[in-house]
Amino acid sequence: MSTVFIAFQANEETRPIIEAIEVDNAAAEVVHEPAMVKVNAPGHLVINRETIEELIGRPYDLQELQVNLITLSGNLDEDDDALTLTWNE
Amino acid sequence: MTLTTDKTASKKKLGLKERYAAMTRDLGWEPTYRTPEELFPYLTYEGIKIHDWSAWEDPFRLTMDAYWKYQAEKERKFYAIVDAHAQNNGHLNITDARYLSALKLFLQAISPGEYAAHRGFARAGREFAGVGTQVACQMQALDEVRHAQTQIHALSNYNKFYDGFHAFARLRDRMWYNTVPRSFFDDAMTAGPFEFMLAIGFSFEYVLTNLLFVPFMSGAAYNGDMSTVTFGFSAQSDEARHMTLGLEVIKFLLEQDPDNLPIVQGWIDKWFWRGFRVLGLVSAMMDYMLPKRVMSWREAWNIYGQENGGALFRDLARYGIRKPSGWDDAEASIDHMSHQFMLALHHWNFGTAFHTWIPSEEEMTWLSAKYPDTFDRYYRPRWEHMRSIEEQGPQFHNFGLAKLCQVCQLPCVFTEPDDPSTLWQRETAYQGERYHFCSDGCQQIFDNEPEKYIQAWMPMQALFSELEGNVPAWMDWAGLINEQDNLNFHGSADERNFSAWRGLSTTNTTNQENPA
Amino acid sequence: MSVKATKEYVGVPRDSVDKFHGKQIVYLNWHQHLLFAAAFMTWVEPELTFGDYIGGPITALIAADPDAAAVEWDKVEWKVRGESFTPDFAKSLADNGIGHKDLITMHTPGLNTLCGGSLPS
Repeated sequence: MSTVFIAFQANEETRPIIEAIEVDNAAAEVVHEPAMVKVNAPGHLVINRETIEELIGRPYDLQELQVNLITLSGNLDEDDDALTLTWNE
Repeated sequence: MTLTTDKTASKKKLGLKERYAAMTRDLGWEPTYRTPEELFPYLTYEGIKIHDWSAWEDPFRLTMDAYWKYQAEKERKFYAIVDAHAQNNGHLNITDARYLSALKLFLQAISPGEYAAHRGFARAGREFAGVGTQVACQMQALDEVRHAQTQIHALSNYNKFYDGFHAFARLRDRMWYNTVPRSFFDDAMTAGPFEFMLAIGFSFEYVLTNLLFVPFMSGAAYNGDMSTVTFGFSAQSDEARHMTLGLEVIKFLLEQDPDNLPIVQGWIDKWFWRGFRVLGLVSAMMDYMLPKRVMSWREAWNIYGQENGGALFRDLARYGIRKPSGWDDAEASIDHMSHQFMLALHHWNFGTAFHTWIPSEEEMTWLSAKYPDTFDRYYRPRWEHMRSIEEQGPQFHNFGLAKLCQVCQLPCVFTEPDDPSTLWQRETAYQGERYHFCSDGCQQIFDNEPEKYIQAWMPMQALFSELEGNVPAWMDWAGLINEQDNLNFHGSADERNFSAWRGLSTTNTTNQENPA
Repeated sequence: MSVKATKEYVGVPRDSVDKFHGKQIVYLNWHQHLLFAAAFMTWVEPELTFGDYIGGPITALIAADPDAAAVEWDKVEWKVRGESFTPDFAKSLADNGIGHKDLITMHTPGLNTLCGGSLPS
């Protein structure tokens, strides 16, 4: 199974996003690099709006991710509730 | 904690999918007094068949209203840091003034490429018929011009203090190593709109830009350069969207018609190789120009080339796409290319608008460890020989100018994939003229479209055809100030000034002399 | 395959010999001597003898290589346009059949000090 990944700038805004990813993706591996946090996962990764909202205590629009996003890998799909990355093979 | 109230409130607004439909497809119209062919005249001649433009969908479903909002936020973050950098002598926080060479190369070679990409996407947005596609191209055109502007702005702070930053726009057109990215973008922009999208949107953005921005910007962070980290990450936040669109483009083309497959595969083969050559200089930046290394070019390739590219092409295999034809040759060159570039740049540094140097003993130890199969055997002996010359007198310069590749325009410095002792040299005769190439990949690109590449303006030839070999005249014309922008880092004004200014910033000595 | 275009597309070569002020471009590569990163580009009269070409610009250009002094010019194996050839040192480049943008390769078996030791030549 190929690895999907997503990377964010390491800052206060992305800390709860990373935490939410860890809650919802048991297989995810978080790698801290200079100024950047990269999350790898086998085949599939999901970021759920509700999990982030629980952590930050306010409504969250997943498109806010755009501001701190660095890179990603995998087929992406985004709606109001979730952002997913998937490799089919 | 529950957020029921907020959720109910937000239900009044359109959902993401509805908003995307309203703000893209619903903006389209059917022409009444002109035919679709008159409106979009470049959609068929490349051979690509599109049956349903509405099948194009941005997976992020970003609409222009949200786009402006988030881009404005990125700009505010960017300028907060750039202002702080300028106000607090941020240029003195970098590890070592040698690092500046990487920034100079970036400003001369890469920022103008962002501007070229802006022009290309503005044009592609006009030529495609689907509204979703037009909106995506419009956003990317705006992103790219923002990247060019923020990079130039951030690096202008270095131009106040150091050499080699002052003439980047002129150098972009006239300096021999800058015609490499210039010809790359010119090639893409003079192709049809579909080839342009495949070239820049897919091959460059998806397959290759991670290799440029991610390790390089982490490298900037490691080397104390917060302003570059900031423009890099600010640009990269757009890149993630570009990459997603690049992948969407290819899936869209392949799902529209089975006849598109061989055309698309041909473009992937061509543009992977062109992109790999253009980004090759990044290998020298990573392995040699960052005083504090973040990872080797080989390690970056393993993550972003081999692993990520491998995943991508395994995924695309369901459409019948295979890896680019040059993939194995690229892999075979990874342990060699940074050394080949840096050795070449050093012995031609009379003609570069940045400084070069011989790696220190400690740096050679690092290179040996990162390249155990190649560095000590092939490249260390050359560095040590150059060092022994430099210890006894002036540094070694190769005044034989370089044979350039007719396609990528790089000097033909690469070796055969299976023989690191033999230069990779290929030639083709076409209509009585002889043309030279750095690789099988570039030769194949030429052989597919010779009429395009025979017109290339080759900077080394031009030194003789246009300036009759007059090197000082060439320097004036290209925007290179001799003995200031060029030559060895050791003995340069950059080295002297950085050291003097850093001394002033960390001690209480009053220095009456202007260190410059 | 030719260029995809909406009408007939004709390219004009940019660096034909008529643009070089009576001289021509000649490339020379010393096989397995990669202290010099690429083949040398030289700009010379076609009337220059092969001997003067080698004894003049080429000898100067290769001097920094530790093998330079050991080259026995009468034993060098030459190639042009990828084919073996035996140059006449007294004749001009033109009479030796060396034209504009031709690549000459010189092989000196046994000499490869800086190029990975005992590699096959």
